[in-house]
Amino acid sequence: MSNAPHPTIAARLRLARPDFTLDVDLTLPGQGVTALFGHSGSGKTTCLRAIAGLERASEAYVAVGGEVWQDERRGVFLPPHRRALGMVFQEASLFPHLSVRANMEFGQKRASTATIGFRLPDVADMLGIGRLLDRQPAQLSGGERQRVAIARALLASPRILLMDEPLAALDLKRKLEILPYLERLHRELSIPVIYVSHAPDEVARLADHLVLLDAGRVVASGPLNDVLGRIDLPAAFADDAGVVIETMIAGHEPDQLTRLEFGGGTLFVSQLEEPVGTALRCRIHAKDVSLAMAPPGQTTILNCLEATVVEMAPTDTPGHLLVRLDACGENLLARITRRSADKLGIRPGQAVHAQVKSVALLA
Amino acid sequence: METPDLDAIWLTLKLATVVTILLLIVGTPIAWWLARTRSAYKGMVGAVVALPLVLPPTVLGFYLLVAMGPNGPVGQLTQTLGLGLLPFTFPGLVIASVFYSLPFVVQPIQNAFEAIGERPLEVAATLRASPWDTFWSVAVPLARPGFLSGAILGFAHTVGEFGIVLMIGGNIPGKTRVVSVQIYDHVEALEYAQAHWLAGGMVIFSFLVLLALYTFNPARRQTA
Repeated sequence: MSNAPHPTIAARLRLARPDFTLDVDLTLPGQGVTALFGHSGSGKTTCLRAIAGLERASEAYVAVGGEVWQDERRGVFLPPHRRALGMVFQEASLFPHLSVRANMEFGQKRASTATIGFRLPDVADMLGIGRLLDRQPAQLSGGERQRVAIARALLASPRILLMDEPLAALDLKRKLEILPYLERLHRELSIPVIYVSHAPDEVARLADHLVLLDAGRVVASGPLNDVLGRIDLPAAFADDAGVVIETMIAGHEPDQLTRLEFGGGTLFVSQLEEPVGTALRCRIHAKDVSLAMAPPGQTTILNCLEATVVEMAPTDTPGHLLVRLDACGENLLARITRRSADKLGIRPGQAVHAQVKSVALLA
Repeated sequence: METPDLDAIWLTLKLATVVTILLLIVGTPIAWWLARTRSAYKGMVGAVVALPLVLPPTVLGFYLLVAMGPNGPVGQLTQTLGLGLLPFTFPGLVIASVFYSLPFVVQPIQNAFEAIGERPLEVAATLRASPWDTFWSVAVPLARPGFLSGAILGFAHTVGEFGIVLMIGGNIPGKTRVVSVQIYDHVEALEYAQAHWLAGGMVIFSFLVLLALYTFNPARRQTA
């Protein structure tokens, strides 16, 4: 990634439908992956389509990288084919009358020559489709098709890549096949990505920035962990409460455990194959974290982090509280019962020991 | 086979070819509009295009004859332009046939355009293709089976017309006497042997056309 300042993405959209209204005002970072997360009907796909110009919002201002694509107050509306974007739909939607190579060249041939784009062999290599170029789309598996669709979108030299639930139409096996490629894009791509999803795991794995949408409105928007660490989100999002941490493999122990280090301390997980030094994203669910006042001595729970209680809020589960903790600057969430909180006198500012029952590895 | 019969066959093929080419040119924009529009006039335009399917050819022929005649609006126009009158000429026959066979070309192409759906066109737009570019590089290739059906049906239907030819073209050897009219003449003259040659030829031709239609155009290809 270059060190030049990355221009941001602005999208103010108002679009009324008979059954729902999309009304958002987003300022998104000009790099990394922004996830638009919400349940079905929350307006996330409509939002993405409006940014692409495929839906025309009645009141809208869309600017990407300093280029205004739409400003309805000034009567500006660039049609989709004049917006430098790449879009990946839920179904790969390859052109069935063209070979894989011709599909990939479709946008490349039409992209303005002023923009220096990707080269076909590089993109094909990055997505592992180099040996498929001469095939017809009908001969590909679902996962391969979606990878070709991503390559096709990238080759059109977009300033932004829009992905509308690119994995939703695939079965689990295909999803697992394609996720590593998406992570690779995440690492190697210098253009911003807006990724629409309703799958918490995909978001936790890929996103840097998170926007929560509910009923056409933005509930929260910010860096991934700032949003995930919030305890005041609507009930619809509380089921999956938990944080994502960036760890690094610090060592492999003789008793078949691997030691992970992150800002908040040390975690042990089952032995991993990756070498020491590998970066690894993990997710810690709030329901897997319990609190103790003293360092737990006689317990089978291996992972214990020192933390300070920051704030507490009731959850939608009766009798339960969501507690936000600060572990040396890292956010953690714990879900405990109100009774335990009262019994132990847990309150903001208090030092506690957070016991982590399980750590979900995301990559 | 005698010379008048060969003339009739040649004239029929020439008529059908010219009409098919014109129908593809005229019918494609109509089919595209009908497939894509949300206009309130869609139903009306669709019904007008389909009228020849239900109208007796004599009715259509009658009105076209009146319109292209010396006192009709089209006739006035062609006379003003120094083109003379169209009835009982080959161009007049072509125009009448275009109207008569229009639904046979428009409907298969319209169905094919509709079957493409919105998505491939949206994908093309996000890959920098203008609507005009998308039409030629995505819509037309994907609707190819529809174009094939439309062309075959339009050609075959023009070969098979009779009523409208009599109304507009009459029965002028080498100019407007097509095979179907020639058969009629043979039967009138009790020349059953000649009538058999031409009629049998038409049966075989029609069968081969339909066979081609069903063989080359099976259920829609699976889309990716």
